[in-house]
Amino acid sequence: MRIAILTDIHANLEALGAVLADATACSVGRFAILGDIVGYGPDPAPCVDRVADLVSKGAICVKGNHDEAAVDGPDASFTADARAAIVWAAKQLTAAEKQFLAQLPLRQSDEDMLFVHASAHTSADWIYVTSAHKAMPSFRVCTERLIFCGHVHIPALIHRDLAGRVRQIDFPIGKPIPLLQSRRWLAVVGSVGQPRDGSPLASYAILDRATNELTFRRVPYDTAATVQKLRSAELPETLALRLIRGR
Amino acid sequence: MMPTRPEPGLQIDGFTLGEKLHTGGFATIWEVSHPLHRLPMVMKVPTILDGYDGPTIVGFEVEQMIMPRLTGPHVPRVIGEGGFELMPYIVTERIAGVSLLALFQTAPRPLSEVLEVFARMATAVHALHRQHVIHLDLKPANFMQRPTGEMVCVDFGLSRHDHLPDLLAEEFIIPMGTFPYIAPEQYLRQRNDLRSDLFALGAMIYELSTGRKPFGEPERLKAVRRRLWRDPVPPRALRPEIPEWLQEIILRALEVDPAQRYQTAAQLNFDLSNPLQVRLTERGHKQKADGALTVFRRWRKMRRFSGFSAPASMSAQMDRAPILMVAVDLSPAMEALSERLRLSVKRMLLIQPDARVACVNIIRTSRLMIDESTDDQGNNLHVARLVGLKHWAAELDLPEDRLTCAVLEGSDPGAVLVDHATANKVDHILMGARGHSNTRRYLGSVSSHVVAQAACSVTVIRLGTGDTRTQTEELPPAQQPVAPMATP
Repeated sequence: MRIAILTDIHANLEALGAVLADATACSVGRFAILGDIVGYGPDPAPCVDRVADLVSKGAICVKGNHDEAAVDGPDASFTADARAAIVWAAKQLTAAEKQFLAQLPLRQSDEDMLFVHASAHTSADWIYVTSAHKAMPSFRVCTERLIFCGHVHIPALIHRDLAGRVRQIDFPIGKPIPLLQSRRWLAVVGSVGQPRDGSPLASYAILDRATNELTFRRVPYDTAATVQKLRSAELPETLALRLIRGR
Repeated sequence: MMPTRPEPGLQIDGFTLGEKLHTGGFATIWEVSHPLHRLPMVMKVPTILDGYDGPTIVGFEVEQMIMPRLTGPHVPRVIGEGGFELMPYIVTERIAGVSLLALFQTAPRPLSEVLEVFARMATAVHALHRQHVIHLDLKPANFMQRPTGEMVCVDFGLSRHDHLPDLLAEEFIIPMGTFPYIAPEQYLRQRNDLRSDLFALGAMIYELSTGRKPFGEPERLKAVRRRLWRDPVPPRALRPEIPEWLQEIILRALEVDPAQRYQTAAQLNFDLSNPLQVRLTERGHKQKADGALTVFRRWRKMRRFSGFSAPASMSAQMDRAPILMVAVDLSPAMEALSERLRLSVKRMLLIQPDARVACVNIIRTSRLMIDESTDDQGNNLHVARLVGLKHWAAELDLPEDRLTCAVLEGSDPGAVLVDHATANKVDHILMGARGHSNTRRYLGSVSSHVVAQAACSVTVIRLGTGDTRTQTEELPPAQQPVAPMATP
C-alpha cells in the first residue's frame, strides 16, 4: 500500500490537480493531507471540495493554521499578505465548507504513523519544525515511529537513532529512501501549493508501506494559470511572485 | 537493545540457526535454514557491545539499507532481515567457497592467475558501481568466488549508495576503511568517489603480483597519510618478470589524485583484457621508488592538503567515462559511411570527455573452408586491416591511452560484435548500416542483429538515398539519452 502525503495545498487547484494525477500514476492507494488547504491561493472552495471528497473515501486529514483562520479569523501571527488572502478566502467558502474545516482534528495517528500540521508538541501553537533541534520535542511527545508534518513549505527529513540523537539528513528528490526500522523519522513534507525552497514545482511525498520507503516527489503544474487567477482576484502581487520564484 | 543473542538452535522469524561459521570483529556468521527457502543460507548478526555501540550499529543499518537494493551475480542475494527490537540480522544466500584472503596469503601468484582474478574482481566492482554503490572497504576478505567463477563482493558496512543518505558520514569524524587498501581521499574523509574502489583494486593487484602490500601494513591512522606523498616501490623492482604494461596498470590505479587513475572499473578491466593496447608512460618504465627530494617536494605540497575534487555524482562520473565501441567498415565503397561514422564519434566525444573508444573491424571468415590469411599479393590481411583501421581512427585525434584498434574474425559479424561488446563492458556501440534492400530486410543486416542482441545502447548511422541524412536507433537499457545526431 502506498500513501501519498500532501500538505499546504493553499488553495492552489492546479498544483493539487497535478499532484493527485502524479500520485495516481504512482499507484497510490491512500491519501493523507496535513492541513492548510486554504489561504494564499485563488481557489479555496474547489480545493476544500476535492479534499472533502478524498476524506469521504478514507483519506486522513488534519487541520492547519490557515484552515483555523478561515473559520475563526486570523490571529496576530498572520502577515499582512496572509491576512488579506485568508479574509478573502473566508468570503469564498460556503457554510458547509467552513464546517468541514472546523471539524478537522489537530492530529491523527494510524498504526506507527502520526500526521500533524506543525510540531507534534502543542500542535495548536503551530511551531515550525525547521531543524533537528526543533524536531526533538515532536519525538518526545509521541510514540509513533513515523511523524509527518508540513507548515514549513520546505521538505526535510530528520531521524532519531537508537541512542536518542536527532539529526537532519540530506536526501535525493525522487529516489526512495528506506526508513530504517531501527530509527524514528520525522518528515517535513514540502508544500503542494506554495513551495518555498527555491523550486516552483509542487512538492509531496509517497510512503510505501510494503517496502518502508519514503519518496519525496516534485511535480510541475500550470503556474501561469494560478498566477493569472491570483491577479484577477486582486490578491497581493507578492503571493503571485512567490509561486513563480518558489520562495 | 538486543535482548536475544544468537546460539545454535535459536529460532527467529522462521529461521533456525545452525553452527557458527565465522567470528569477525563486528559480526558473527551462522548457517541457517528456513522451511520456505531451500537454498543454503547464512545469517550475519552484528556483535553489539553493551551500551551504545555506534559504529557497529550504524554499519549494520547501512548494510540493511543497501544490500536489499543490489541484484546480480556479484552480490549475495538477501533473503531476510531483522530489526534491533529482538536481534538484528541479515540472511543471505551462502556463497560456496572461501574468501580471497586465503589466495592472497599465498601471494605472489603466477601472473596469468593474477590477471584472471583481477579481471573478475574489476567486473564485480563495475557491477556495484552501475548500481550506484561505492564499496569503500574492498579487501581480499570481502571478495568471494562462486563455483561458476564470478566474484561476489560482501560486507557493505562502510559502503555508500549514491541515492541514499550517508548515515556514516554524519556519524564519524575519523576515516573508515582497511588501512593497507584505503585510498588517499578516503583518508581525507571523502566518501563520494567511486575511484576510491579502483585504488583498493590497484593495491590488491600489487599485493597478489608481488607478494607485498604497496604501503605496508600501517597500524596507526597517521601512517596512512604517508601515501599522499610516498609512492610505492614499482612492482617490477620486486618481481622483474612483471611486464611493463602490468606495472603501468597497477601504478595508474594507485595514483594519489583520483583524476589520474582509471575513471571506471570497466576502463581498468578493459586494459587488463587488452594488454597489448596499454600505452606505456613513465609509470610503466619506472625502476625504483622516487628519491628523497621528490618525495620531500610532494610532502611539502600535500601536508596541508584537504581534499580532491570529486565527481558530482556516480552516474555523472560513469557517463563521462563510457567505453564506446565503433565498428568500422573499411571497404572503399563505404567511405562516405565511415566518414559519417567518424563525425558521429567526434560529436559523442564532445559530451563524454573521458570516453574510451574501441575501434573494431571484422574479417568475415567462411564457415566451412579454411580461409586465406594473405591476399593475392601476399599481404597479411589482418595487418592490412589494422593499418587501415588505425588510419581511420587517427583523425579522431585521441591520445593513445583512450583509443584502441582491433581486428576481429568470425563467420557471423553481428555475433562477433555483440560478444566483443559484452566482454569489454561497452556502454555504447556505434556502427554504420549499408543501404536499404529487400534482401537485407528479410535476411537481416549486421546492424539489426547488433541492435537486437546487444545489452547496451546502439547508434546506427545510415546514409540516406541521395542525401547524407543519418538515422539513429536507440535501445534500452540506455543509461542516458544520447544527443541527437544533427543534420549537417
